Amino acid sequence: MSITRKNVGTFLAAGTLAASLVGCASGAPGTAASSGTAASSGTASSTRTLTREITVFAAASLKATFTKLASDFEAKNPGTKVKLNFAGSSDLVTQITQGAPADVFASADTKNMTRLSDAKLVDGNATNFATNVLEIAVPPGNPASIASFADLGKPGVKVVVCAPQVPCGSAAETIETATGTTLKPVSEESSVTDVLGKVTSQEADAGLVYVTDISNAGDKVKGVPFPESDKAVNTYPIATVGASKNKELAQAFIGMVTSSEGKKVLNDAGFGTP
Amino acid sequence: MNSRSGTGYTGVPPWIYAIAAAGALFVLLPLVAMVAKVNWPQFIPLITSESSVTALGLSLRTSAASTALCIILGIPLALVLARSPFPGQRLLRAFVLLPLVLPPVVGGIALLYTFGRQGLLGKSLEVAGIQIAFSTTAVVLAQTFVALPFLVVSLEGALRTAGNRYELVAATLGARPTTVLRRVTVPLVLPGLASGAVLSFARSLGEFGATLTFAGSLEGVTRTLPLEIYLQRETDADAAVALSLVLVAVAVAVVGLSYGRRNAGARVEVQP
Repeated sequence: MSITRKNVGTFLAAGTLAASLVGCASGAPGTAASSGTAASSGTASSTRTLTREITVFAAASLKATFTKLASDFEAKNPGTKVKLNFAGSSDLVTQITQGAPADVFASADTKNMTRLSDAKLVDGNATNFATNVLEIAVPPGNPASIASFADLGKPGVKVVVCAPQVPCGSAAETIETATGTTLKPVSEESSVTDVLGKVTSQEADAGLVYVTDISNAGDKVKGVPFPESDKAVNTYPIATVGASKNKELAQAFIGMVTSSEGKKVLNDAGFGTP
Repeated sequence: MNSRSGTGYTGVPPWIYAIAAAGALFVLLPLVAMVAKVNWPQFIPLITSESSVTALGLSLRTSAASTALCIILGIPLALVLARSPFPGQRLLRAFVLLPLVLPPVVGGIALLYTFGRQGLLGKSLEVAGIQIAFSTTAVVLAQTFVALPFLVVSLEGALRTAGNRYELVAATLGARPTTVLRRVTVPLVLPGLASGAVLSFARSLGEFGATLTFAGSLEGVTRTLPLEIYLQRETDADAAVALSLVLVAVAVAVVGLSYGRRNAGARVEVQP
């Protein structure tokens, strides 16, 4: 308090009487010294804008697209900050359930969004904003000459898939049933990233991953699309988290993801539109 | 310690106990929290499911194999490090201990580029018709890689503590080096070797990162108990917790058995 009074004294001496008093009253002595009442109220509102920050928990497969969307969002709304946390959808649900501070949750499947809404932790309804299908990833040279889904069942082909417990694995199982092809994978991984890793390191001849993973991986893998992939379309929902302290901004971010601009970013990365 | 100092004086200031208690709690509390989370009515069905039993069996088999490999490779390594000074010895020791501090994932990547299909040795092995990737052998290699330092450190400590007086005597009495090793050195450091082997076994049992990166995950072939827990966690938290408890129980039994049996054995030093 005594320091504030000292500052007031300094400002008085500088001759900006009214302005400095208002400046001190708003708790920011010194900053609003020169330009009067208007400036001090401006300072107050811009400090409030600076604290406008949301945390987005998004599925790992959304890393590239959401990083771009977040920086676009920050550019469009000066003074906002979007913090991103990427992990497997089920991990994210666990984190939010255990009280992690999230404002927006974007899941790679409807099942995990349902888990969160069943726990009464979702504000309003979730919106489906993207779809994803499986594609065959092969090393650049395609050593096992994979051209179709049926080729994966050929003896001697080292195929790596996701375990049925995770979404990409259950999608693979659905396609197997639909096409009557039985795969004999050499490994059933816990995540798409692990499947992709086995293909990029050329340990495996082929892996089943999402289209978007292949477009992300660049030259390290080649994609082999197959028509049966539409038998298992994965839908991505997004929602505001119930415990969010900044629902307005969270809604604005979701608005951007579902806008035509957001769709373009997602489509460029290989996602489909629901 | 208490029994050794007959006067009852321990030389430990009382406040140390408070901090020691906090340290013990820090380790024990998460275990208690996990036990509290176990779905007891479902516990037996959860841990006796086919996939769980398969994973536990695989874990025990591979850990036994990698412990054997650790003993075969670790005894000579420890002997060389403890007994015969040579240039670069400190460097060799540092590198042998490296897996203790490396994240297992890094170990997995390194193994991949050694034994993988495109790896340093993998290409020649493939020509010879040996494929390591995605096989149980890969699991054993990953476990041995992370567990070997435990055996080497324990045994080297035991060898240094035991000294080489008896070995010298045996040698002057005409025993050849191999006989000295077999009849004098190894029996002398047997407790240290045993505790090193137990630690290696326990470490192998808990191996996760290197296995996941290097060996893959397939039921009955490469999916050990830690990998099964990681996978179950995706869908069935109860099963993951139940299996975690099994792993804790096995580890406690293994470590407890070895430490309980010999109190006056050779010193065990494990430091990264």
